[in-house]
Amino acid sequence: MAVAEVQIEEHDVHHDDHEHHDSFISKYIFSTDHKTIAKQFLITGIFWALIGGALSLLFRLQLGFPDMDLGFLQPILGGWLTDTGKLDTEFYLALVTMHGTIMVFFVLTAGLSGTFSNYLIPLQIGARDMASGFMNMLSYWFFFLSSVIMFISLFIETGPASGGWTVYPPLSALPQAMSGSGLGMTLWLVSMVFFIASTLLGGINYITTVINLRTEGMTFSRLPLTIWAFFITAVIGLLSFPVLFSAALLLVFDRSFGTSFYLSDIYIGGEALPNTGGSPILYQHLFWFLGHPEVYIVLLPALGITSEVISTNSRKPIFGYQAMIISMLAIAVLSFIVWAHHMFVSGMNPFLGSIFTILTLIIAVPSAVKAFNYITTLWRGNIVFTPAMLFSIGLVSFFISGGLTGLFLGNSAIDINLHDTYFVVAHFHLVMGSASFFGLMAGVYHWFPKMFGRMMDSTLGHIHFWMTFIGVYLVFFPLHYIGIAGFPRRYYSFTNFDAFSIFTDLNAFVSVAAILTFAAQFIFLFNFFYNIFRGRKAPANPWNSTTLEWTTPRVPGHGNWPGEIPKVYRWSYDYSKPGSDKDFIPQTVPLSETPESNLPHENEMASKESVAKKDAAKA
Amino acid sequence: MLSLVIWISVILVAVILFTIYRVYTLVQVAKGKQDTRDENNTTWNATMGMIFLIGGIIAFFWYSTKEFDNYTLPVASDHGVITDNLFWITMAVTVFVFVVTQILLFYFPYKYQYRESNTASFYPHNNKLEVLWTIVPAVVLTLLIGSGLKAWWDITDEAPQDAEVVEIVGYQFAWASRYPGKDKQLGDADYKLIDVDNQMGMDFSDKSAFDDFLPREIHIPKGKPVLFKIKARDVIHSVYAPHFRMQMNAVPGMPTQFWFVPNKSTEDMRVELGNPDFNYELVCNKICGKGHFAMRYLIVVDEPEDYQKWYAEQEPWLSQNPDYLANVPDNLKEVAMISAGM
Repeated sequence: MAVAEVQIEEHDVHHDDHEHHDSFISKYIFSTDHKTIAKQFLITGIFWALIGGALSLLFRLQLGFPDMDLGFLQPILGGWLTDTGKLDTEFYLALVTMHGTIMVFFVLTAGLSGTFSNYLIPLQIGARDMASGFMNMLSYWFFFLSSVIMFISLFIETGPASGGWTVYPPLSALPQAMSGSGLGMTLWLVSMVFFIASTLLGGINYITTVINLRTEGMTFSRLPLTIWAFFITAVIGLLSFPVLFSAALLLVFDRSFGTSFYLSDIYIGGEALPNTGGSPILYQHLFWFLGHPEVYIVLLPALGITSEVISTNSRKPIFGYQAMIISMLAIAVLSFIVWAHHMFVSGMNPFLGSIFTILTLIIAVPSAVKAFNYITTLWRGNIVFTPAMLFSIGLVSFFISGGLTGLFLGNSAIDINLHDTYFVVAHFHLVMGSASFFGLMAGVYHWFPKMFGRMMDSTLGHIHFWMTFIGVYLVFFPLHYIGIAGFPRRYYSFTNFDAFSIFTDLNAFVSVAAILTFAAQFIFLFNFFYNIFRGRKAPANPWNSTTLEWTTPRVPGHGNWPGEIPKVYRWSYDYSKPGSDKDFIPQTVPLSETPESNLPHENEMASKESVAKKDAAKA
Repeated sequence: MLSLVIWISVILVAVILFTIYRVYTLVQVAKGKQDTRDENNTTWNATMGMIFLIGGIIAFFWYSTKEFDNYTLPVASDHGVITDNLFWITMAVTVFVFVVTQILLFYFPYKYQYRESNTASFYPHNNKLEVLWTIVPAVVLTLLIGSGLKAWWDITDEAPQDAEVVEIVGYQFAWASRYPGKDKQLGDADYKLIDVDNQMGMDFSDKSAFDDFLPREIHIPKGKPVLFKIKARDVIHSVYAPHFRMQMNAVPGMPTQFWFVPNKSTEDMRVELGNPDFNYELVCNKICGKGHFAMRYLIVVDEPEDYQKWYAEQEPWLSQNPDYLANVPDNLKEVAMISAGM
């Protein structure tokens, strides 16, 4: 044992030595330090969130105020405005498409998983870095390349991809069908290929690191739920993203090389195409085989972060630690066999529809267990309202509100009338979009002190939370009514139909709420960027948390712990343990040092601990 | 000039806000108040939670009752009555769970807000509770699924033999419909035969096609099963008729279908709604390009006898487009002229 420790220390010295010679480029740009890479993901994610949000404001203006003259946006939108100052109808679809693509992939996958898996996995399991720092760096730079390509596609003459974020062929396969299916779609596909490569590089790293690099004593049953969530997320991503890759590849073949995987019997632009024998439904199956797990890829990390934050700030252990893990595993497995609930009315065999109805509603059970467990964690706590805590409570609120509407959509008979209406929009924006976004926010507020060694302002955080939380409900709750009334999504305007002539006032209301909610994010931006440089210096453990990352120096260097890696003696949820005089016991405190608070079975382990220590001392 | 003034005021406001923030921060520092566990702070946030909870629930029930007639479309098909029932049963269950869980979610933080003197209770798990809230949702869901699947199987079951058949074709950016005509047999069609006039690509080597007619709007009989045979010409569209609670994608290369029984005629609905201009609309509900939001088609539900009359009055497409007789094989020309009534 002693030998091993010495080796680690030597390794360390070597590390420090290295850091001395770090140039700006190797420290901040092509860095292999997981903490820097996490920050790179975070900043890029924030950039994309702003773009994605701004795009949504543009189409909300159109939906809320269809008669408005948008001439004042001429300098930005140029030719995408008509002479009368209205949005081009095809550009409207481009906005919806890019909003979805950006938010789902670049913000809530890369920005959330990329940031917090990278940042927290080594710190919370007690590792010096990721298993492969180089692959980790590549993961970010593939994402960056993917971002650049997608960003460029916003500015090309024919416009970015416009067939909806799901880019169903034949619409996305045929440039004749819409101008966005030309170069814009090609760039979308190329960008996604790099994105998938980035996700896989990251995911392999997360999995390997969690399995191999846990510090001594950090068994799987002592891992914080954050790590469990990131680990399971990475596994889901690793299994599902390659399928998206194959779907995209076949689409590339159809678009560029004349194959007919998805195309059959098409007459468009005055000519009958030669393609025959393909099936557009095949693409939908392949896409949703990723697309549905993707929902959990964005949601699980947020739930993991929430578990950690709620437990810490309730000063209570998370309720049902094992049930939480089992639920996440169940969700992970089931997420692969529910995809076709997106396709009940696609024309697929109705028998498949019934199978997927059953499987879909089963996935509601572990989700319900998680929600109940969060609420029970709050029960009889001693709750501290840090901004992170508020965002976590907000997440649970959205998770319930949006999750419940899933019971309608997952039931194929009810879905017939609700499919592709605003009810769906309300559902997934609450349960997946807003919930994950709140998880991201909770994570930023909670781990900012560790990331930058300074504190964010909590009052601004509270204001930001309440504006955003109320704002999100004001934006998405009304959409349920519009959906029940049968309003189809992705409509430029509703004036063509008698059935949809109502709710103009409600749509205007939603748009105003969206603008205010977006504006509130600037409070966050200020709070974030200002306090990176000017914030109050953070104490070592600002939230009195038990996990390992708070045992590092205020600003951890490359290698995380200057001395040896801490050992772990207990699970990460020893908050308010009866008998202990403090309301938290860090994971690094041996059981043998806390006889006053040990549970019976822990006393046994404590005695083994002391024996092991004596043995080590003898050796 | 005006925009300059606007910009200056925006900058001014930003500067003022920033100054307030700095002053506030400095005052906090001077007071030595930096603890996030500040109890005033805690009370404020906990109370906001309760205000939000109560305000939100009141607003939810107020708006849901006030606007009920606006957001619920009257239902006009047999299966629609069943799925609407399912919808409202599910709604009752979910609203109950929604209200209870949200109350707990905001009441607990209010009740158990941080006080230095308090200690949280160490309550890591309780198997009984966890089993309880695994089994209860499972049972409730089973019941919901059971009734849902029964409805789903009935709806997607094969259409009755005597169903009236209508072919609906979606293309960028309109709908077209075709009826089988007197022989009640839709003729063959091939997308390669589509041209400017023959929008359906009707194949006139098939004699069933001779009497097919293409009306400008869909007519269907009240109280009789109707089978929509759905096709798409270019990209995916979706046939969505919200009043009939029917929806089915139109997929190029893969014909789909949906059958249902309309149970209120257009006239019935006009009386029910007190709106003499009411019409059933068919809309596209799958993104299909720039005209996606404007693919409107009318469905008229007639009393059965009116429907028969209307059906008999329709002229076969071939008789309106005699040029296409040239596409009919010679041995069938005579049959074609008789069928098409030329």
